[in-house]
Amino acid sequence: MATAALPITRKSGLAEALDWLTTVDHKKIGIMYLFLTFFFFIVGGVEALLVRTQLIAPNLKLLNPDLYNEMFTMHGTTMIFLVVVPIFAGFANYLVPLQIGARDMAFPRLNALSFWLLFFGGMVMYSSFFFIDPATGRAQIPNAGWTSYPPLTTSQYNPGSNIDFWILGLHLLGMSSILGAINFIVTIINMRAPGMKLTDVPMFVWSMFITSAMVVFSTPMLSVAISLLLADRHFGTNFFIPAQGGDPLLWQNLFWFYSHPAVYIMVVPAMGIVSEVLPVFSRKPLFGYDFIAYSSVGIAVLGFSVWAHHMFQVGSSLGVQTFFAAVSMVIAVPTGVKIFNWIATLIGGALDFRAPMLFAIGFIAMFTIGGLSGVMLAAVPVNWQVHDTYFVVAHLHYVLFGGSVFGFFAGFYYWIPKMAGWKLQKGWGVLHFWLMFIGFNLTFFPMHISGLLGMPRRIYTYASGQGWDVWNAISTVGAYFIAASVLVFIINFVISAIKREPAGADPWGGATLEWATSSPPPAYNFAKIPAVLGRDPLWKAEEAGLIHTEGEKPHAH
Amino acid sequence: MVLGVAAVLAIALPLVGVFAQSGGPASGPAELCPQCPVSFRTPSTLAPASTETAQTLGLFNFIMVIATVIFVLVEGLLIFAVFRYRNRRPEQALQIHGNTKLEIAWTAMPAIILAVLLGFTLRTMSDIKALPTGKVINVTTVGHQWWWEFQYPDLKITTANELVVPFGSAIEVAVQSEDVEHGFWTPELFGKVDAVPGYVTRLKFTPTITGTFGGQCTQFCGTQHAQMRFSVRVVAEGEFQAWAANEQQPAIAAAGDAQAGEDYLFNNSESECKTCHTINGSATMIGIKGPDLTHLANRSFIAGGILANTPENLKAWLEDPQAMKLGTLMALKKPLDEQTINNIVAYLTTLK
Repeated sequence: MATAALPITRKSGLAEALDWLTTVDHKKIGIMYLFLTFFFFIVGGVEALLVRTQLIAPNLKLLNPDLYNEMFTMHGTTMIFLVVVPIFAGFANYLVPLQIGARDMAFPRLNALSFWLLFFGGMVMYSSFFFIDPATGRAQIPNAGWTSYPPLTTSQYNPGSNIDFWILGLHLLGMSSILGAINFIVTIINMRAPGMKLTDVPMFVWSMFITSAMVVFSTPMLSVAISLLLADRHFGTNFFIPAQGGDPLLWQNLFWFYSHPAVYIMVVPAMGIVSEVLPVFSRKPLFGYDFIAYSSVGIAVLGFSVWAHHMFQVGSSLGVQTFFAAVSMVIAVPTGVKIFNWIATLIGGALDFRAPMLFAIGFIAMFTIGGLSGVMLAAVPVNWQVHDTYFVVAHLHYVLFGGSVFGFFAGFYYWIPKMAGWKLQKGWGVLHFWLMFIGFNLTFFPMHISGLLGMPRRIYTYASGQGWDVWNAISTVGAYFIAASVLVFIINFVISAIKREPAGADPWGGATLEWATSSPPPAYNFAKIPAVLGRDPLWKAEEAGLIHTEGEKPHAH
Repeated sequence: MVLGVAAVLAIALPLVGVFAQSGGPASGPAELCPQCPVSFRTPSTLAPASTETAQTLGLFNFIMVIATVIFVLVEGLLIFAVFRYRNRRPEQALQIHGNTKLEIAWTAMPAIILAVLLGFTLRTMSDIKALPTGKVINVTTVGHQWWWEFQYPDLKITTANELVVPFGSAIEVAVQSEDVEHGFWTPELFGKVDAVPGYVTRLKFTPTITGTFGGQCTQFCGTQHAQMRFSVRVVAEGEFQAWAANEQQPAIAAAGDAQAGEDYLFNNSESECKTCHTINGSATMIGIKGPDLTHLANRSFIAGGILANTPENLKAWLEDPQAMKLGTLMALKKPLDEQTINNIVAYLTTLK
């Protein structure tokens, strides 16, 4: 892979590999993050296909109950901790220094450590597939859901090492996340180019800043929770074991105190990407920049006050449930503000529907639905009915897939030309979007219905004649559409890598500084640190006649 | 607009299906698969059979209307923007940065709507949790991996898998767990409450019609979480009294072929059954780890609410419980021979 605009010498294969393995360059680290997390996206997707295939009809025996339970556990665990949380760290690694006009992150070696902690965390988790428990003859794959509630996960009810793999893997992944977040915060505060105020940074940078603050404040709580569980499992403590004075609800409070902000950690960067793509492909500035920025802060702060809306069914007092219901509804307000500002960005524009824009618009459409079902879930009596059913599965996938996944595909199509130096194929990109959009809705919309019709989640089969059969069949067909769409993306990537049509420095007419250097950028990013005139720095610089790049551009006022 | 209509239809049409399907006891293609888990009729949150679930549905419908309006508005605006502003030259794009009045408006409007929603939510919560005014039946349910135990403390009845309650009373349920966390839910009758080890959680429901309603565990609890089902039978007051009186009696003494089965269960030193099961009236069948079998023959389902209560299914279950419900804690150290199984089944079918 070319690492500089003008390669002077080509390294031997081994030297090249060692270079990547030992690099502290943020661009290479970012690329490694993106490859690794995309690999886990495929793995998690296969796990989902296994689950959905088992559920296509009632009473199937394709997967035995234990294997099914392991697969849904690993699907959730993989998608959350090995894909969506770290993939945006990957984008941020690559882009944050470029977008703020810096030469690298504040702590390049810490950056490399974050990546390798992610790598080894994933390896530890998945090594569980290869450790056979002599007592059962089965691999000790984590098997209690991505939420791992005790007492089911204590050594009494889960005597093998399944949960230990989960805990140890998560310790490494949590560290990766926290160290990366510290790096982003310091970089964004200290290393902006002259003229770029903190209130003028690109919206993706701002999103990563807010996300990193959430990571730093929430992830240690997960580390605490899993450490206490490990102690209960092996060191004779009783934090969660009621017979000895412990409390299973303690786990739930600790776990959700992290895991609720975690969902915003997963979606706020995707919102940042949408905020980058929409203006460029509408040829006009982001509408309501300040309000979008404030709404991210609002979401982050409020996000720490809603965790017990995952626990409306554990018998808390009505006062407690009222508080969490109220704050959960309040969080819909800043989210709505973003949606309206994004639509206002489109209105009056000159819209360009290439792949990044299609995925960004898809995000808006799908996240709206996820947000509405979220408000329904905040209505406590409705929650008492649909909690732990497929209604929640529908909601979470509309926001995490319709939101975050669409967001990162928008990011791939938008920034791969910058990272690789070559363009992706337009036709394949459009095909990918429509297959994925249709497949996604076929898969997850019916789940609202099967949930309302009483279908609980995390069940390996269901009886026929309960009104669930047809919705499950449709969902499974949709899942295969999604799989096909991901294949289309991979084919697009491979064809484009072979064709290597040069993308040029600025194929989209971008507004931010990464488009002011070559594709791919040289190792040092910028020959001269640019002076920044405010928001949308490239548009402003072009308007002022300071630079000229190719690509159509609106006039920034 | 089109999407909005489609969405509304997608919600409405299944409701038609649900109402068409409801009424009458469980039916599934049992002929095709006699040992497959039986179906309850659609256990739908949209077909309330209690005061509390009807109140919940009212709240849901209210939110659904608001959500549909917002959905049509937002998606409609999005689609409008996509169509209206395509195929334009870049110079035509309006270089606007924002509009503070608009920001205030689209912050205030949702806030007001949500405040109304919150008010209705709180009202519904307090309605559902209000103390009952009439007759009350107290039930305790204990979740086990992977079956539900039901006790009627005032009536001194212990049973399993099937909860029988009278129409015309409020049913107050104290929910507990013997092992891991479970979730207790019957969509048509009550919103769910988890069975949290170390706690007693509570719910109340007031049935508005008689019938049999299906329920299922909703908190992942291990291998056979999917097959931890139960039913709730709401019957007329008189029928409930008769049922309760019968349940309070010890098991009917066996005669004929069933005598051999009773003899094996009560008196055979090799029999493992007594370590887990109770039959009232026997001095030796006093185990509490598994479902109480005293009046087993009156129940519609066995094995955690998944198999119809027929002699064939009882026989299949006794032959190999693991094959019927892999991972069940009923793991016989020594398999039973066919004659013993037949005798036991003959006896169990007399336990009315």
